[in-house]
Order: sequence, then structure tokens, then C-alpha cells
Amino acid sequence: MRRVTTPRLALALAAALAASSAAGAQPAAKPAAPRERKPEVLIEARPPPFSEGIFPCMECHKDQKDPKRRELGFHDEQQSVFDHDAEHRWCLDCHDLENRDMLRLASGALVPFTESYRLCGQCHGDKYRDWRVGVHGRRVGMWDGQKTYLLCASCHNPHSPGFKGVKEIEVDGKTTIAPTLEMLKPMARPRRPEEMRP
Amino acid sequence: MSERKSLSVLQGGADPLGNGPPDPARRAFMRTAAAGAAVSALASCGVSMDDFLRKHFKELSRDELAAVLAKVEKKNRDRFGRDTKVTAEGPIPGVEFGYGLDISRCVGCRRCVYACVKENNQSREHPQIHWIRVLEMDKDRGVDLAHAELYYEADAVPRPGKFYFPVQCQQCRNPPCVKVCPTQATWKEPDGIVVVDYDWCIGCRCCMSGCPYGARHFNWSDGQLPAEELNPNQHYLGNRPRPKGVVEKCTFCIQRSRNGRYPACVEICPVGARKFGNLLDPESEIRRVMDTKRVLVFKEELATHPQFYFFYAT
Repeated sequence: MRRVTTPRLALALAAALAASSAAGAQPAAKPAAPRERKPEVLIEARPPPFSEGIFPCMECHKDQKDPKRRELGFHDEQQSVFDHDAEHRWCLDCHDLENRDMLRLASGALVPFTESYRLCGQCHGDKYRDWRVGVHGRRVGMWDGQKTYLLCASCHNPHSPGFKGVKEIEVDGKTTIAPTLEMLKPMARPRRPEEMRP
Repeated sequence: MSERKSLSVLQGGADPLGNGPPDPARRAFMRTAAAGAAVSALASCGVSMDDFLRKHFKELSRDELAAVLAKVEKKNRDRFGRDTKVTAEGPIPGVEFGYGLDISRCVGCRRCVYACVKENNQSREHPQIHWIRVLEMDKDRGVDLAHAELYYEADAVPRPGKFYFPVQCQQCRNPPCVKVCPTQATWKEPDGIVVVDYDWCIGCRCCMSGCPYGARHFNWSDGQLPAEELNPNQHYLGNRPRPKGVVEKCTFCIQRSRNGRYPACVEICPVGARKFGNLLDPESEIRRVMDTKRVLVFKEELATHPQFYFFYAT
């Protein structure tokens, strides 16, 4: 191409211009028509189970209604790991005083434990929006149809929400995911080339 | 001419120096001998004449393709003693696959590596083949291959000060591996997946040196794949067991993704760092990533234009 003489180059340029304007006039060269979207069916994974013997809360909390913020002398399992902005939060910021079997939004509205994501979404709105559209969190199934999504509490322990690890558990005969307090152990490293020689 | 003289096979003809026209009978004899040698050479490396004279995958008629698939199923049965279902599902019109990997989430647990091995029937040992390689990098250095560690071992991940960068086939729009293949045994499908026809691959490994991501792997032997671990749902261009001497690579789990399913690595990821979907669908998960997150492609300066995107969701 370097040796093309100037008039020929000009001719080629003109031809190229003509070709490009012709292509612009005919949008018929578009690839495939946009594909019709399959309806997205979302299935909620089973929420991880409560700690054993803890629910329903009202069995014990019928008469215990002290609203004063304090270090709890019971609920060791939660108290010992509590690391959810511990300086500023405590139980009754999320749990309802009158009905301990429910969670309480900032607005005062009560939500059941199965909809805990609404509670989380109050503060973690960015993650909540990402999760709703499938950018945050794991999904299993079809990219093109039915998929199962996990809940916030499937991977994050609400009392110590920084992600550490998850494990598969069985709830009512079905496997689902629950958060752990131990970090994940990586699986075996790949073999080095020298280890692969027979 | 002097070197010709030293070849005894060329001597004893009409002209020992090879200057005159060879005897026609001798020529016919040589032709037959050459054909015979070719057939026996093919037979000795396990290739039948039918396979050798087969048309390119893209030129196969429906019937021819069915025959080829049946042959692969028979080979599987002979080799593993198990029934398998081998398909050649074509690309879905209007779909272009895109893959997103959230580097801010990946913890380097390698669950994806082994889910991939299990799904895609890689050789487990001798050679051990992993289509996904998770690199451990220093947060202080960023994406720096000179200081990346593939063989990290730890009791718990992520390790402090480290981040993890899994690398697999980037399904380039401008794939160097396809350009260098001398036999057109590898090509890019309309949905973006770069595939390999293992029956067409001659094992020259040009594509491996062409790939800047180290995403292609060679079967130095028939490998070890226990029959009970064989995944019977197979795609001709994907996870069917590979013979010795061919190159293989990630296909976005073509046997799953073309049926609408997530690839195995996407489903297994415990932190949900892997996203997959149709780039042409503005509502898809991958498009949401592209629209709202900071996205990068690996080795952008090489202009390979990957269909695999890394992103930061935090």
C-alpha cells in the first residue's frame, strides 16, 4: 500500500467513502434481530435455619421487654460474635421489642425473618439493588430462565456479616447454603509441571 | 543430487541417479506402497480412514453429523464402558455470551477449578489439566503477572494483602489462536465461543503459543479420567473426552450454556463472583455489570477483545 501513487490513493479513498455512505444508507446489514427474552423465573433458596431451640422467640420473651441498651448475659452465640457496627447497633435496632418473632424496619414496619433482605436493604441499598438484579450474590440455574437466588443471610451471618465462608446444609431434606464463621480453605493447588511427569 | 545417491531406496531404478523418467510400473508400485503406508500409519494411531477423509465440522450435513456423533458415543462406550449423550447443539440466534468476574469478591478458593474439571471431563492426572487457573496477586502491585502465584497454598483464603485473579479462555473476538491454526480445527462460533474440533486438531500447538492467556492445554497422553467420574452429557465441540495429542480449552461449558444453563464455574462460586449471560440482552446480569460497574479486560493492549470481563463491584 505504501507504493500507491497519490491519484490512485485519492481514488481508493473516494471509493471507500462512497462504500461507507452506501452502507450507512442501508441498515439491512444488521446481524440477527434481537432475541425475545424468556420470562425470568426467580426461586428463593431455603433460608438457613435458626440456631437450635431459639425460635419462636416469644416463648421466652413474653415478659422480657427491657428496651435498655446493654450487654446481654444470654444469647452467647450471638453476643460473642457480634460484629455488625457493634459500636452503634444492638439487638433492638433490628429485632422488634414487642414481637420478637419479627424484625423491625426503621419505619417501624414489621417484617418476618423470611424477608430479612428488606431490613438489610435499608442500610446496604447499593448491595440490595445489585442483589435484586443478580449482580451481587450467587445464582444457580439458567442464565436464560429459571434460577434460584440466595438470601443475604444465606452467606452473611447477620450478627457478623463480613463474608467468611459458606457451607452446604440440609434443611427439611433439601440442601441449601448457610454462612460459617470459618474462612474457606482453598482446594488443592495445581500440580507443578515437574510433578506431572509419569 | 549427491545426497540422493546415498538413499538406497532411490537406487536400482531405470536411472540410479534419478535423472531419467522413472519406470511407469515402478511409479504405480510406489503409489500403492505410499497409500498402504498411509493407511497403516493411520490405523496405528487409532484413526480410521473414514475419520481421516471426513469433511470439516462446518460442512457436515445433518446425516453426516449424526453419524459422527454416534461414532463419538461408540468410542466413549469402548473407552469407558458407559453410555453417553453427545450433542452438537448449535448457537442460539441473537445470543452473544459475556462473562463477568468480580475481582473484588473472588477469595481464591479454587472451587471453580475443580467444578470445571468435573463438568468438562479433563484428564485428572498425567497430565493434570485445569482450564481455570487462579492467580494470587499482591494488592500493592495490582494485576502484575510477574509477581503472580499460581501454586499458593493456605489454610484459609483470602490471605491478607492478596487478591485473586482467575484466568481461563477469554473467548476473544479477535482470537490469535484461531488465526494461527493451520488446519482450521479451532474457530469462533456466532455466540462467541471459541471451539476446538478434536478430530481436526493435529496437535501442532501453534494455538497454545498464540494464546496470550495460557488458556489452551495439550493432552500429552490419553490421560486419566475414571469412568465413574465421566460426565455423560457431552458436546462434540466441548467436554467429550479428548484423545491424546489434541489441544483443549474452556468453552463456557458449551453443553450447558447453549441449553440456557449457567456454566459450572458460575454455579459453584461460593461468593457469587462469576456472572454470565447474553450481551445482546439489555436486561441480562452481564449487561447490568457492564452498565453499572468498573469493567476491564485482561491484556487490553493486545487488542484480543475478550468476551470475558473482570469487574469491581465494590
